[in-house]
Amino acid sequence: MKKTLLTSVLALGTAFGPALAQDFTDAKQGGEMIVTYKDDVSTLDPAIGYDWQNWSMIKSLFDGLMDYEPGTTVLKKDLAEDYTISEDGTVFTFKLREGVKFHNGREMTAEDVKYSLDRVTNPKTQSPGAGFFGSIEGYDAMAAGEAESLSGVTVIDPYTVEIKLSRPDATFLHVMAINFSSIVPKEVVEEFGEDFGKNPVGTGAFYLEDWTLGQSLTFARNTDYWNEGLPKLDKITFEIGLEPIVALLRLQQGQADIPGDGIPPAKFLEVTEDPAFKDFVIEGGQLHTGYITMNVNMPPFDNVKVRQAVNMAINKDRAVRIINGRAVPANQPLPPTMPGYAPDYEGYPFDPEAAKALLAEAGYPDGFETELYVYNTDPNPRIAQSFQQDLAAIGITAEIRSLAQANVIAAGGEPDQAPMIWSGGMAWIADFPDPSNFYGPILGCDGAVQGGWNWSWYCNEELDAAADAADAMTDPAMAEQREAAWRDIYLSIMEDAPWVPVFNEQRFTMRSAKLGGPDAIFVDPVHVPVNYDYVYSTDVQ
Amino acid sequence: MWAYVIRRLGESLLILLGISLVTFALLYLVPADPARQIAGRSATAETVANIRAQLGLDQPFHVQYVRYLGNLLQGDLGRSYLQRTEVSELIAARMPATLLLMGAAIVVELILGLTIGAIAALKRNSAVDQSLMVFSFVTISAPQFVVGILLLYVFAVQLGWFPIGGYGTFAHLVLPAITIGLLGTGWYSRMMRSSMIDVLAQDYVRTARAKGLGKLRIILRHVAPNAILPVIAMIGIDIGLFMSGIVVVESVFGWPGIGQLAWQAIQRVDIPIIMGVTLVSACFIVLGNLLADLIAPLVDPRIKLK
Repeated sequence: MKKTLLTSVLALGTAFGPALAQDFTDAKQGGEMIVTYKDDVSTLDPAIGYDWQNWSMIKSLFDGLMDYEPGTTVLKKDLAEDYTISEDGTVFTFKLREGVKFHNGREMTAEDVKYSLDRVTNPKTQSPGAGFFGSIEGYDAMAAGEAESLSGVTVIDPYTVEIKLSRPDATFLHVMAINFSSIVPKEVVEEFGEDFGKNPVGTGAFYLEDWTLGQSLTFARNTDYWNEGLPKLDKITFEIGLEPIVALLRLQQGQADIPGDGIPPAKFLEVTEDPAFKDFVIEGGQLHTGYITMNVNMPPFDNVKVRQAVNMAINKDRAVRIINGRAVPANQPLPPTMPGYAPDYEGYPFDPEAAKALLAEAGYPDGFETELYVYNTDPNPRIAQSFQQDLAAIGITAEIRSLAQANVIAAGGEPDQAPMIWSGGMAWIADFPDPSNFYGPILGCDGAVQGGWNWSWYCNEELDAAADAADAMTDPAMAEQREAAWRDIYLSIMEDAPWVPVFNEQRFTMRSAKLGGPDAIFVDPVHVPVNYDYVYSTDVQ
Repeated sequence: MWAYVIRRLGESLLILLGISLVTFALLYLVPADPARQIAGRSATAETVANIRAQLGLDQPFHVQYVRYLGNLLQGDLGRSYLQRTEVSELIAARMPATLLLMGAAIVVELILGLTIGAIAALKRNSAVDQSLMVFSFVTISAPQFVVGILLLYVFAVQLGWFPIGGYGTFAHLVLPAITIGLLGTGWYSRMMRSSMIDVLAQDYVRTARAKGLGKLRIILRHVAPNAILPVIAMIGIDIGLFMSGIVVVESVFGWPGIGQLAWQAIQRVDIPIIMGVTLVSACFIVLGNLLADLIAPLVDPRIKLK
């Protein structure tokens, strides 16, 4: 397991290297590919889309001020040609690229940036991403419906926009790279209204050529794209409604090029061992952690010793084996590919005897009865059964409550309903590669509210203050200090043990022989699942 | 006759009203908050409350239901919570695929079912009869999910005769139609067999035989037409069975019909879509039953419509 982890981290590391850049500049444009997905694409409106399938589609149709180097978590400028940050870290001034055109031919200007931010934060838009913009001055008035425009966003001239924050926010450039801050043209949004998501117009590398509801989407190359030489392909066809197992069969028969949902567990061993295909299997880390939450307000989990005992009782290696080794065991909330991860931290050992002793010390020598909530889709109930056995070994009788996803989420958001939840299938995947993204909603006091995502209801005000202090370190020179501060926060959390971090899932996907490009873009950590702009066709090289 | 049809249509409306009420109530009771689904995991409580108010989800049940009915009467099924598209547009886009699959499946089950049933009846109690009946038993019992995957694996992947899932050409249609048709084949062959056996025992068949008519002529002229009619009358009722099958089969084959739409909506608690598909399917079932009742007197003049 260690080896796989190492190689994927290395792969991520080498992705910065010049070898990759070479690939991009040299590859000729042309050719096409077929990508398959199981679920329908709900919308391509960047203010609304928040699905696995539409996330990187939107990134290919739209651009934001910031983006990431392909295949990495390193920020780069996108529609912003340059930016400056005031000394106190609260004023960001972005200079825009000139001559960037929307798919309808009109030039993108600073007014569009302002309009896009006003639109996404307007409650009428019902954007699931509105909360990311909370640090912009005037956000509260927007959220309350008292303003039609963000007071902190000012158009200085057609190519300059200034954004004032109400508090220093070290993550702000990441926020400017998230899909929700994509730049949209006002006139098209107003023309289509709620149907903009079906008629998207952006400045991106591809434009939407055709969408047959429930069947397929066709993206064609934006020949006017500002970033010369991109994208590589002339055309992408997305075929919708194919079960992952069927998608893989198609790929094996040459009828598809990328299974968008990855390699399904049932076919995993077969393809990874098949000489014809194993070289096309691609593995990548994800910004994901699977964990068990323990509700710290519900006895006996209000006792920290009980929570620590459970941490020592869970056999994480077995859980990893259940999913065919498609993960690495975790010992802390952050995944290894996230800045701030503590590589030297050893975590709680797997030691049922010590766990039993600790449980006795906590006053439960004979264990207790509890409930473990779990999302009812394979492999999660099987993983929960494995936990059930682990818990039984130290005397805890856990009844499994296997429910639909929405129902588990609802139970977790109630203060006293779910003593334990296995997060599988609903687990946190970071919205952007910054350690703060694993805290607020799922471990901080903000999330420990009715309907929140902090299912362990853990609220430590000292850590909340430390988190605020870390996020106020906006000076890039303090990046290391900030990372260390976050590392300490997560290690303190582990002492209080509201979670059992179980594993970090790896992603496994495939590409057909006719596609080229570095492996890292097929398992891009930010352009999830695939960075379409850089994939090239070997047919035209 | 027309009075009967009009009365039945009135009853059907009441049934549909009942179905809408029950479905709406069940979805109302599901402990998942649509506003939170829409708002996403990064939303503040304020945003969620805002969305709830905009969608009217903060209103009491009867207010929500009456408003839904009001819109429904104007032909408005609402907008999908997550796709933000008109539900009627989503259903209309997928309806042709489902109707095509339904038509093809009915053809499959009639051809296979009637043939198998007729052969089994003529070879009654022979080894042929028994193996055909075992076959029909298997097709009734086998889960459609398994049958679908199996057909896909053998005929599309291994033999390469058909495309691996998808939609568009006649070749795409064959495997899903057989998967759904096989279930009906089981029922139809059993019905056809017993219906044939009944007819074969009728006096007029004995008379024909006594007159010295050829065996084939007796079967084609006297037995088959009389045996088939009661079986055909089952098609209307069969539509209900069909509606339950499409959810699974459309998902397995990536068939872009309303079954697949329903399945995805259920997973995401997209209530307007679930309501819309349920009502449309219910219309099909109600109309199918009405059709079956209207056909019955044509088949058997002893039945009178009242």
